[in-house]
Amino acid sequence: MTARAGALGLAAALAVALALPFVVSNFRLFQFTQVGVYAIALLGLNVLTGYNGQISLGHGAFYALGAYTTAILIDHWNVPYPLTIIAAGVLCLVAGFLFGIPALRLEGLYLALATFALALAIPQILKYFEHWTGGSQGIVLSKPAPPWGMKASPDQWLYYFTLAVLVILFVLARNLLAGRTGRAIVAIRDNPIAAQAMGVNTALYKSLTFGVSAAYTGVAGALSAIVIAFVAPDAFNVFLSITFLTGVVIGGLASISGAIFGALFIQFVPNWAQDISKAAPWAIYGVFLIGFMYVMPFGIAGALRRVAARAARRGTAARA
Amino acid sequence: MPAPGTPILSVRDLTVRFGGIVALDGVSFDVSEGQIVGLIGPNGAGKTTLFNCLSRLYTPQRGDISFRDRSLLALPAHRIAELGIGRTFQNLALFPTLTVLQNVMVGVHARTRSDFLSNALRLPWVRREEEETRERARELLAFLDLEVLAAHPAAGLPFGTLKRVELARALASRPALLLVDEPAGGLNHEEVGALAALLRVIRERRGVTILLVEHHMGLVMQISDTVVVLDFGRKIAEGPPARVQRDPEVIRAYLGVDEPAGARR
Repeated sequence: MTARAGALGLAAALAVALALPFVVSNFRLFQFTQVGVYAIALLGLNVLTGYNGQISLGHGAFYALGAYTTAILIDHWNVPYPLTIIAAGVLCLVAGFLFGIPALRLEGLYLALATFALALAIPQILKYFEHWTGGSQGIVLSKPAPPWGMKASPDQWLYYFTLAVLVILFVLARNLLAGRTGRAIVAIRDNPIAAQAMGVNTALYKSLTFGVSAAYTGVAGALSAIVIAFVAPDAFNVFLSITFLTGVVIGGLASISGAIFGALFIQFVPNWAQDISKAAPWAIYGVFLIGFMYVMPFGIAGALRRVAARAARRGTAARA
Repeated sequence: MPAPGTPILSVRDLTVRFGGIVALDGVSFDVSEGQIVGLIGPNGAGKTTLFNCLSRLYTPQRGDISFRDRSLLALPAHRIAELGIGRTFQNLALFPTLTVLQNVMVGVHARTRSDFLSNALRLPWVRREEEETRERARELLAFLDLEVLAAHPAAGLPFGTLKRVELARALASRPALLLVDEPAGGLNHEEVGALAALLRVIRERRGVTILLVEHHMGLVMQISDTVVVLDFGRKIAEGPPARVQRDPEVIRAYLGVDEPAGARR
């Protein structure tokens, strides 16, 4: 029953996503492209924090690494943009895996602090390598034109392009989390000693999970560089990393669909807050945040699951 | 399978110290293929410490452990299950957010080999492996009467049920040697009887050698072929249950003086 509700929800969401460019303005569409980009980043962070139990307050750094990889490859060597996304993903996979090795020695809040240091350092590191990164000025790119003579605006094309990447990455993540690897990832979070006794190489799995998580977030960063057609160091500050963690928690920890809900939240709620009060938008945002956590302690995905389960129970009770 | 009687596990001169406390002091014994060996001793005697050495969670300061003539001390903890040693934990170590079925499926981890990439791509052989894993877990749930709970999260189930889930999970890796840590804890009289029968079936029908840590003397004396007694980290007796029960050293360790050891539950 809940499985069928989930499949229906998924089909409806895809239909809405495909139809969106025909019903909203180019600016709105650009915002929804951002939602898709954020959703990929949040899914990456959720694999690490939600499923594997490793808290990261520094995923903005991997987002930045992905964005700059793409920007530099395009700006310096004219590499076709789809290839730069793959390069960004691979680079962040390696960087995340390597960061994951020392992170093995850090648990919980200590790991959060170590990743926080990464987030703090990244804007300054980007400014330091001015020759490559363009320093504080950043790098300006141009939006790619739609291929194959398609009659679409660049924003429409980038929306569909992002949607395609998102669907592929979500399917891969679902497969990964549903199988032997996913069970081991969650087992490590639930009880690392027992996981080891069952034959799970916890050190290797944790480092690889860190790598996969960073790769997702890096791909999202690469997409953001293409979509916005601009990168600058101050866009990748500590606040971005905290926003990602906020999105993961609000969307729903250890939930794949939660990444979409979280992305909608971090994209649109700050704008609404701005509409409500120009003077104190972050105060309004804070109220939203507390309200969401209070009403939906397991995130938006958790709340939907509960509603679906209740409906299913009522259904069986009515038939009985 | 080797003939019954050959040692499957040899513990030699095992010594573990925590700071100034000697948890195990030169302990040696063998477990023979096909036997049920009971490991008993008063609280703090070192039984669980010994188990944790066997699953490589602790490294002893001295001594050796060999399983089928291969030293365990050269291996990390996650390699023990694939050798053929399964275990349960005294205070339960399940994965609370996973379902009962998924918990048992994690137990098959040591016998399967799909990795991050092949899982993400869901290659045809991965699908087959997943199907076999599910099949094996379901068979064990049926064996332990847990089928109706397959889709229930491990969190929130009664203690006795969770003990059986742990047993199913430990059996999922097809162990040759099963380490069972206090399986009778929290069970009532009838349940202990059923547990004794179950452990015998696991030995006889599945050919699993069992090393059992247990406080329930009735259970240990009823099903063990050999009993090893630890006290303050030292082995004070070893032999068939009837002889160990009469051993004056054992009686002293458990009761101080006079009373027979069997009086203690």
